[in-house]
Amino acid sequence: MTDRRPAAAASAAAAACSDAYPRIVAALIRVTGEWTLAEDCAQEALALALQRWPEQGVPANPGGWLMTVARNRAIDVLRRASVERRKLRELAVLALTDPDPASAQPVQEEVVDDRLRLIFTCCHPALTLEARVALTLRTICGVPAADIARVLLVSESTMTRRLTRAKSKIADAGIPYRVPSGPALAERLPGVLAVLYLLFTRGYNADGRPAFAEEAIRLARLLKQLMPEQNEVSGLLALFLFQHSRRDARQDAEGNLLSLDRQDRSRWDHAAIAEALDLLAATGRNGPYALQARIAACHATAASADATDWRTIARCYDELARLQPTPVVQLNRAVAHGYAHGPSAGLALLAQARAGGSLADHPHALAVQADLTARQGEHDRAAVLFRQAAALAHSEPERRALLDRADRG
Amino acid sequence: MMFVCTDAEPDPDPENRPDIDVWVSENDASGRRLQGSALAPESAATTVRVRQGQLLLSDGPFAETQEVIVGFDLLECADLDEAIEVARAHPMAREGRLELRPFAELER
Repeated sequence: MTDRRPAAAASAAAAACSDAYPRIVAALIRVTGEWTLAEDCAQEALALALQRWPEQGVPANPGGWLMTVARNRAIDVLRRASVERRKLRELAVLALTDPDPASAQPVQEEVVDDRLRLIFTCCHPALTLEARVALTLRTICGVPAADIARVLLVSESTMTRRLTRAKSKIADAGIPYRVPSGPALAERLPGVLAVLYLLFTRGYNADGRPAFAEEAIRLARLLKQLMPEQNEVSGLLALFLFQHSRRDARQDAEGNLLSLDRQDRSRWDHAAIAEALDLLAATGRNGPYALQARIAACHATAASADATDWRTIARCYDELARLQPTPVVQLNRAVAHGYAHGPSAGLALLAQARAGGSLADHPHALAVQADLTARQGEHDRAAVLFRQAAALAHSEPERRALLDRADRG
Repeated sequence: MMFVCTDAEPDPDPENRPDIDVWVSENDASGRRLQGSALAPESAATTVRVRQGQLLLSDGPFAETQEVIVGFDLLECADLDEAIEVARAHPMAREGRLELRPFAELER
């Protein structure tokens, strides 16, 4: 059952490690209550595996091997610190709950539950949003603090302090290591999904690609596996997959961002799109993420920008605006209706969205108004509006694009 | 420890305001509330400091803020989530704000 080829062993090790890491950390935290110890021991087990497996072959049960090494390391550390006997006894028993593929189902379920507990604790609303994002990346995904710091544009020492403070808050404030149940779950799940969404969208690598998109997708898959009955989890995973399917088509050769209508659709990841469509097909009631995913699905399945099903998109935005009547949703709803039912329908909704006052001096709102006005044939007035929008633009490329539109009429 | 404070922006919704007497009797009965009290108005506050052997007294609370402590409750809860559930049902969660702060664990 062992594979001795070094390259295969290295990739098997990497795969086993990314799967095993959150299980090990979650189990060690549950038993010891010590976050840093759990992370350190899990990291050490992974390092040992990456060093040994390419030479000695991958063990038959890599997850179990990693869990045992990490657990023994934790026992060593705690024994030296002479901790209470109870923790050591429980650690010794942890060997019995190793994720052994041959073991019985109930044991598996207990281990699965640990990871879910860890996710809900890292995303507890008593922590700041910044802390939740950092802690989730560090503890569940195993991303080194230095890498998180680099992408989120803070110094490594700031990030280390932020993580330390978050862990002390969990211990000192008595944040429970538990998945909420009943009505509390419905209240807390959106907060967890919001952290995953932030992970997906926050931070870019030097090549302009989202830094943690893969981690966010992996976490959403894990959450989907752990809470298969939650529609919004499926909706969020589908939304991630649609957005991520365009990763290779989003930029031109010079690195400029391309809007949807200018992307080469053959470069979209069609396997990811198919998976997301399957997820949506199995999703019942629509929450905000499922609706956003359905909108993304209309774009993902259109053969060309002109073939986009704007009527369905407009209907989804109607529903989304009922659930989340935010200015941005209202604005996008006006755009969708503008394409689906003509520019005057879009302008009417835009006026309605602006009535609240929060979109005043909003460059996107002005740009949308300009675009709809141009499509009504009023090119002079549209040019004036594009220039107004350009004057308010937040970035230089955006300003140039708007001025360019003003000149084209 | 739960500090009961006023807030510059209370909840404008007048519907379903919880009753403080109901809150107290429920949490006393469940054993979650060990003790607690409202405090006299801040005009009754005296701030005490000793500096280089000198007793310094001043009239009023130590910080001039819009949010002042008007009471406290000592709660016994298993964890933060349980304390949050107790706090959210207190009428001052709407009319003011509540601060939950566990007692410091001294030497373990």
